[in-house]
Amino acid sequence: MNEYLDLFLTFAKVGVMTFGGGMAMLPILQREVVESKGWATDEELTDYFAIGQCTPGIIAVNTATFIGQKRRGIPGGILATLGMVFPSLVIITILAGLITNFSHLEWVQHAFAGIRVCVCVLIFNAVLKLWKSAVHDVWGGVIFAAVLGLTLFTPLSPIVFVLAAALAGVLIQNLGGGRK
Amino acid sequence: MIYLRLFFEFFKAGLFAVGGGLATLPFLNDIADRTGWFTRAQLADMLAVSESTPGPIGVNMATYVGFTTASVPGAIIATLGLVTPSVIIILIVAAFLRAFRDNKYVNSAFYGLRPASTAMVAAAGIGVMELTLVHAGEAFGLSFFNWPALALAAVVLVLTRWVGPTKKLHPIVFILASAVVGVILKF
Repeated sequence: MNEYLDLFLTFAKVGVMTFGGGMAMLPILQREVVESKGWATDEELTDYFAIGQCTPGIIAVNTATFIGQKRRGIPGGILATLGMVFPSLVIITILAGLITNFSHLEWVQHAFAGIRVCVCVLIFNAVLKLWKSAVHDVWGGVIFAAVLGLTLFTPLSPIVFVLAAALAGVLIQNLGGGRK
Repeated sequence: MIYLRLFFEFFKAGLFAVGGGLATLPFLNDIADRTGWFTRAQLADMLAVSESTPGPIGVNMATYVGFTTASVPGAIIATLGLVTPSVIIILIVAAFLRAFRDNKYVNSAFYGLRPASTAMVAAAGIGVMELTLVHAGEAFGLSFFNWPALALAAVVLVLTRWVGPTKKLHPIVFILASAVVGVILKF
């Protein structure tokens, strides 16, 4: 098979089989990309994940771009990424259309009111998990508290916080503060 | 021109959201507040659908928001906007892979970014709680709290964190169960 097509289809398959993205995707990538296709080693995959976590954007997309680029250069990176997002586009568009058509029904509104309660708890759990990998010392706690307070009580854009926090990280660590 | 604005808004989210998963949520809240294309309540519903369907959550959210704002072309354009910065940055980083991983400035920037990203997701969570668990219009007192919703939240919290057999279950199970409870108790 043409490798460009293969990249698109393989990552489309990974996209269909991943719920939630991020770490949930690692075992599926290992099976499809490392074991079945031999496009990368386990070590490379771990590297891509680590970099995906510390570069902007969606980790799943970053990893797809990396592997596609390694196989077939820039067009390969783009095709792997398009493959990865293709199932989401199709599935969500269909669902969104259906939900829009039924959203005036009373029981659908009750269902979503129940679902929103569940979403609160899921976000809370996600924050606890993020906290463990993000906050390692007092300075981390200070940055967390400052950004949380400012987000809740000022209309500043998240972009301001991202830039300020990156700058604060560089200053704290290079002036000798914080755990390395 | 709505398509151009959609692309630009999601390009910004893709460029500045660090850490994956829910990291795009604060940016989507920000878009909701500034553009009025959708409400924060709609966003919470979209998040539930995005968690319950295949694909990375950030991509699903972009598709959903794009579709809500400007139908099928909107879905495609928002998603492309979200992934474009990733693709460009990774193609550049791939060329300098080792240097990037070991760079002390990159590492220290992320030392500051990760707690900030966590805080922004927490703030987004508090926003959903305000919509869901309390009656924000009421004075503080017994009727301020939405008791049935709080009870359901407590049950889901216990089941997802402390009960061995259920805490490993996929979130879709809890989302569907909560939908059923919502219908039965007329939330």
